[in-house]
Amino acid sequence: MQRPAPRSAPGPLRDIAVVAFAQTDHRRTSDELSEVEMLMPVLHQVLAQTGLKTSDIGFTCSGSTDYLAGRAFSFTMALDGVGAWPPISESHVEMDGAWALYEAWTKLLTGDADTALVYAYGKSSPGSIRDVLTRQLDPYYVAPLWPDSVALAALQAQALIDAGDTDEPALAAVATRSRTAATDNSHAQLRGSVPRGEYAVRPLRTGDCPPIGDGAAAVILAAGERARELCERPAWIRGIDHRIEAHGLGVRDLTDSPSTRLAAERAGLFERPVDTAELHAPFSSQEVVLRKALRLGDGVDVNPSGGALAANPVMAAGLIRIGEAADRIRRGHSDRALAHATSGPCLQQNLVAVLEGDPR
Amino acid sequence: MPEVLKAPLVVEFPFTRSLGPVQSAFLTGLRERVVFGVRTGDGRVLVPPVEYDPVTSEELSELVEVAATGTVTTWAWNHEPRRGQPLDRPFAWVLVRLDGADTALLHALDAPGGPDSVHTGMRVRVRWAAERSGGITDLACFEPHDDGISELTGSDGRFEDLVTGIVVPARLDYTYSPGRAQTAYIQALAERRVVGERCPSCRKVYVPPRGACPTCGVATSERVEVGPRGTVTTYCIVNIKAKNLDIEVPYVYAHIALDGADLALHGRIGGIPYDQVRMGLRVEPVWADGGGHPDHYRPTGEPDADYETYKELV
Repeated sequence: MQRPAPRSAPGPLRDIAVVAFAQTDHRRTSDELSEVEMLMPVLHQVLAQTGLKTSDIGFTCSGSTDYLAGRAFSFTMALDGVGAWPPISESHVEMDGAWALYEAWTKLLTGDADTALVYAYGKSSPGSIRDVLTRQLDPYYVAPLWPDSVALAALQAQALIDAGDTDEPALAAVATRSRTAATDNSHAQLRGSVPRGEYAVRPLRTGDCPPIGDGAAAVILAAGERARELCERPAWIRGIDHRIEAHGLGVRDLTDSPSTRLAAERAGLFERPVDTAELHAPFSSQEVVLRKALRLGDGVDVNPSGGALAANPVMAAGLIRIGEAADRIRRGHSDRALAHATSGPCLQQNLVAVLEGDPR
Repeated sequence: MPEVLKAPLVVEFPFTRSLGPVQSAFLTGLRERVVFGVRTGDGRVLVPPVEYDPVTSEELSELVEVAATGTVTTWAWNHEPRRGQPLDRPFAWVLVRLDGADTALLHALDAPGGPDSVHTGMRVRVRWAAERSGGITDLACFEPHDDGISELTGSDGRFEDLVTGIVVPARLDYTYSPGRAQTAYIQALAERRVVGERCPSCRKVYVPPRGACPTCGVATSERVEVGPRGTVTTYCIVNIKAKNLDIEVPYVYAHIALDGADLALHGRIGGIPYDQVRMGLRVEPVWADGGGHPDHYRPTGEPDADYETYKELV
């Protein structure tokens, strides 16, 4: 296989690729289903794409959070869906599944496994997601004020407007473009024409905010020749990195995302242009920040899936960005794609992966 | 299919945290109506103060008083305050850089003039809560202020009776739904029946059913009534009385393989002295009034089950 031109960051020890991806149809509620009932069809689909059985998988890693379910160790219930008996090699992150994928990638790098199943799920419908997400904030100075996720995003949006980086019509255009793109995405929750709506927290309108919904996603990773056996055109992970910024919102420059830029640099993004970018930007204003941090030009197809403005199952939306980018490569619609995932308020933590198909 | 069950679920607890020296000084200061920042190695003043420099990770301890007036660095208009937020009327979320500080503090701005009266760069001052106990809410909110920079108190940050911890009540409300399989299980219990589900692949019957076979990782759907009688596969004798539990100790807690089930579930054994319970004992449920799980299981009087018949379920 031809390797890319010299790179600043050291190349991975093994070639690892996304070979399969599946996701649910994301919906406002799915209360007729438990988490594992929602997740299982996705696990079956992703296994069917490769012909693998659960017993063939070398490592399994998942992402979810107890705060959505309101129950401790809620992820253990979902393990029934992967057939965890006889015992499997398994791990979990209390984060978006994109970070579970990072853990699985490092596991494959060690050579301990050749295949990995990564899944993530979140049901936002049982609780109030705006309130639930306040529990991830600094517990001393911030969480006691209960600033909700929309309010914090709105502070960032106003900072961008003040800096001249965007304005309300431009934000509306981001939302419209995303949801128009989602017309072709049968899994998306909001598609086509969606009104700008009233202010949720000014300057953000309801149209600038992601839909609240339930959903799940799963990815299979494979190393080296195993990836070629399982997939006609694997989406090779050329680089992946994640970075975090200070938790103090007033310490950060909210109009920029240095953590995204650094992660992108370490993932090798800036060595050659990408044709596709799947950005995890739940709020329209966050796409403005990410485009700047990632130096994306007009030639890049940003969020052809519709992105998180079309479907935002919390804890799965970041993994879906990787899956969507990989699917574009697997279908031959992209040769080099960027996938991004975020977590925390105002893009506090960011993960960037660069995916490539074999040269054609 | 019957409608899926739903019930309110409240997760509520007093979030109790201890404070380090810097946070302790800051929150004690708020109680005494004085705001402290912390100075970094390169001379910046961080407000709210943190114990480690976010850039260099150097430990920080030099307290610096800053003014109770400052400048809005960004804002957002919140026309529908939510539970727990600082004001119960429309207000602006603001990041405020207090005079003398290099970073901004998140809080609420009481702006009776509405969103059109708020702008980045506007001058504000602290409004103190009438009753203060050492918490970020001792700072009730900010209010517009055009009158220059407030005077410092001159406090050195050494207070008697330091605040060393905070208790922050947290409450989240959910509507819990157990999903399809567990709904069917609970509804059957109301009719004093126990139902499991059979795996289409390995044919094992799981009870309580959760909709998936943990061995095969496939959906279970074929409903199977099990019991009511069963066999004690293993047990323990409980000698410590749990709080609010209306059961005399010692009592026996056992795993019980209901007839037709391929998995033991757990329950209390009654109707027999605790020291006569044994593996293989045949038991049947005693239902409580008002539905739900059996209150306990009692001996049926049958001969004990042969170990070979339940050894796979121990």
